[in-house]
Amino acid sequence: MAKAVGHNVPRAEGREKVTGEARYVDDLTFPGMLHGRTVRSTIARGRILSVELDPQFDWSGFTVVDHKDIPGKNVVAMIVDDQPLLAVDRVRHQAEPIALLAHADRARLAEGLAHVHVRYEAEPAQLDFESASQVLKEIAIRRGDVDAVFARPGVTVVEGTYRTGAQEQLYIECNGVVALPGAANPDDGGISVHGSMQCPYYVVRALCVLTGLPREKVRVVQTTTGGGFGGKEEYPSLIAGHAVLLARKSGRPVKMMYERHEDLVATTKRHPSIVRHRTALAKDGTILGIDVDLRLDGGAYITLSPVVLSRAAIHATGPYRAEAVRIRGRVMMTNTPPNGAFRGFGAPQSQFAAEVHMDRIAGELGLDPIALRKKNLFRTGDVTATGQVLKDSVAAHEVLDRALARHELAVRAHNKKMRAHNKKERAHNEDGATQRGTGIALFFHGSGFTGGGEVKLASKAGLALTKGGVQLLVGSTEIGQGTRTMHAQIVAETLGIPYERVETADPDTARVPDSGPTVASRTCMVVGKILQRAAEKLRAELGDYDDERGFVKRARRLLADRGTVEIIEEYQKPGDIVWSDETYEGDAYGAYAWGCNVADVEIDPITYQARCTQFTTAIDIGKAIHPILAEGQIEGGTLQGIGWALYEDVVMRDGKMQNASLTNYIIPTTLDTPPIAVEIIEHPYANGPFGAKGVGECPIDGPAAALVNAIRAATGKRLDAIPATPERIMKAIA
Amino acid sequence: MKLKLHVNGKKKSVEVPPMKRLLDTLREELALTGTKEGCGEGECGACTVLVDGTAVNACLVPTCQVDGCDVQTVEGIARGGGKQAARLHRLQRAFLEHGAAQCGICTPGMLMAALALPKHAALDEIRAGLAGNLCRCTGYMKIYDAVAQFLDGERP
Repeated sequence: MAKAVGHNVPRAEGREKVTGEARYVDDLTFPGMLHGRTVRSTIARGRILSVELDPQFDWSGFTVVDHKDIPGKNVVAMIVDDQPLLAVDRVRHQAEPIALLAHADRARLAEGLAHVHVRYEAEPAQLDFESASQVLKEIAIRRGDVDAVFARPGVTVVEGTYRTGAQEQLYIECNGVVALPGAANPDDGGISVHGSMQCPYYVVRALCVLTGLPREKVRVVQTTTGGGFGGKEEYPSLIAGHAVLLARKSGRPVKMMYERHEDLVATTKRHPSIVRHRTALAKDGTILGIDVDLRLDGGAYITLSPVVLSRAAIHATGPYRAEAVRIRGRVMMTNTPPNGAFRGFGAPQSQFAAEVHMDRIAGELGLDPIALRKKNLFRTGDVTATGQVLKDSVAAHEVLDRALARHELAVRAHNKKMRAHNKKERAHNEDGATQRGTGIALFFHGSGFTGGGEVKLASKAGLALTKGGVQLLVGSTEIGQGTRTMHAQIVAETLGIPYERVETADPDTARVPDSGPTVASRTCMVVGKILQRAAEKLRAELGDYDDERGFVKRARRLLADRGTVEIIEEYQKPGDIVWSDETYEGDAYGAYAWGCNVADVEIDPITYQARCTQFTTAIDIGKAIHPILAEGQIEGGTLQGIGWALYEDVVMRDGKMQNASLTNYIIPTTLDTPPIAVEIIEHPYANGPFGAKGVGECPIDGPAAALVNAIRAATGKRLDAIPATPERIMKAIA
Repeated sequence: MKLKLHVNGKKKSVEVPPMKRLLDTLREELALTGTKEGCGEGECGACTVLVDGTAVNACLVPTCQVDGCDVQTVEGIARGGGKQAARLHRLQRAFLEHGAAQCGICTPGMLMAALALPKHAALDEIRAGLAGNLCRCTGYMKIYDAVAQFLDGERP
């Protein structure tokens, strides 16, 4: 009756997004509102000698805040409280916040910013993470006796070192918030924040620590959010803290809306990485031992780096089995702006290395790259680096077969079209000078928080009965991926009612429970499952009904009996998951999504620009709750991966991003985007809602390796670092 | 400076500094916040509007330059002027049907750029016509699907 799950129902918040009615944070104004800006460090490391407001300048109408205005703890509360919200007497990276200004007039505010003078005593800065010695976090994963395997007679050892660069999330809407005095009303002594964010409850916690206010005096409302990709996971806690300080001091609403340059210079990026692989192989290509040393550039503060490292390390073997595995992972401290969450969360870096290394192994052993992979890919019953036995929903072989088949079809169709439509282009392409190649990459991605993370989160979500249906009470945020729609589908299907009868409560921490952060490909698999259980419980309470009318009747009766009907459920750990944080052993994730990419590349013989001409991605996500939204996640994640591989180059000098504008930090446009063929595979996961696993991140794990392997196939030259810019390709070829 | 504009078919008079960006005039003076700012330097296209039928980046256009011009924004696409009850334009419906709007921040600009495309545009022309509009969510595939359906419908 429901016809919700598996159907392309209309997107819940779609209409307001195509009419321009959707209100993003910069579209909000409040009476008496001020604008806020940040005074930032202009050196990478040193002591602050003085912060001086130019006495010649007219400061009337300004609110000025520094660390002395912080009522609680001067930290951005996250994992480790090492990052000050405002610098006190030293700065540890460029663009570090030192003071804050607010004014009603933005032009005046910009003038004021130029009249704040900070004097420093500069100190030597550690800008390069490869030569850095201070370790922010270290993880060791061990399985079997690696040294013994490598020492075995007849074993071939293949080594390689791989590097990836920083990447900006580049949500098209910059980071921004508005802070208002008062939680429920302006005079209650509390505080409210409306803002663009992924994790309202992270912000609540950070503001409680910062202000010393109790939880009920801090209210956070997520506004329509113009993209996140991890870039609005932890950063909003910082910018919200700034706006709150200005709002409390001025007693007025304060909007802090970053402009693009500031957003690029100051906010978190994907961690740059260097990964060294040593692989022990039998003559037939069977992988016996894997030894990985992995380092990430953490920047000046810890932020989320320990968990990024954890995911990077757990995925570092790629989807391959081995008798013995040793993974050493470290996050290095540098005097650069802190790196943080970005879609994939470390797994794209470590799997880039793993998959480019597989092609190196194939080359050195003289094996076919596909045959080599098939020999070693995980199957049901195999054991991962952390000792997890893969019990169900293992689709590594299937994604490979399906991707190869689909790619051939796509290429054939494309060639046919080219012949029909564009003979001139073909003539150009067949002149012999353009080098072409095809590359593949296989990957997997654990859904949900790592190890015991979900148990610690203890997420809650639920349902409130309404007159005509139900309302979702969920703290997960809609950031473009379709949270509201997909959750409503799961609940509608479970209750056996039309999707249209399910609505979503506003993402306001005064109303919705803490469903955990909207990260880690967990919103469907983990939070969706909690909602499914809530819907099952509600259905049991309603009693038997056969159809929509029956539901409405029973719902009204129950409401009449009880006044309000709300069911809040909490995360329940599936019984068979076991994990130890001490030894890093056990079931790292409840389930994995599996993927395979095939990429065709051509290299321009004059400019050395690599261009992807056809891309195919096959991903197993358990169940596509909404096929079009799922495809959208896969296509979007794929293109972000293509951008990271070929175009996106964060150029740092003196610890500061030099190309901090969209003019020269290049993300793919329509013209850079190849046709992307998507093959969705549905190997159901028993503990996911309707079999669903995570989809958001997996697609970005593979493209970079597939493209670099294609460049190698095209040129015959090895390229072990991305972005594969024309300069890098030229150097590799020459 | 007093300037006269035709915005979404209605006469509007604004008193603004002549060099005020059209983007700010629309958002701040006329409360048309559907037009978005993504970069402020003409790279992302989130602020695309039509001026006398031509797609422009409203962040690069001083308001004095559009004195007397016809300006169309996302709020003017749906019949009835973008009110909740308004009937959506075929292009808007195509965007919904194909999942072409995810986070939605690029959508207003993308819609305006698509409206400026020639009626029988092939895929390559669609790609070239939208090359000034960045989308970070979709990978563009769904946007092509939506725009192609809309343009196909324009065929006689």
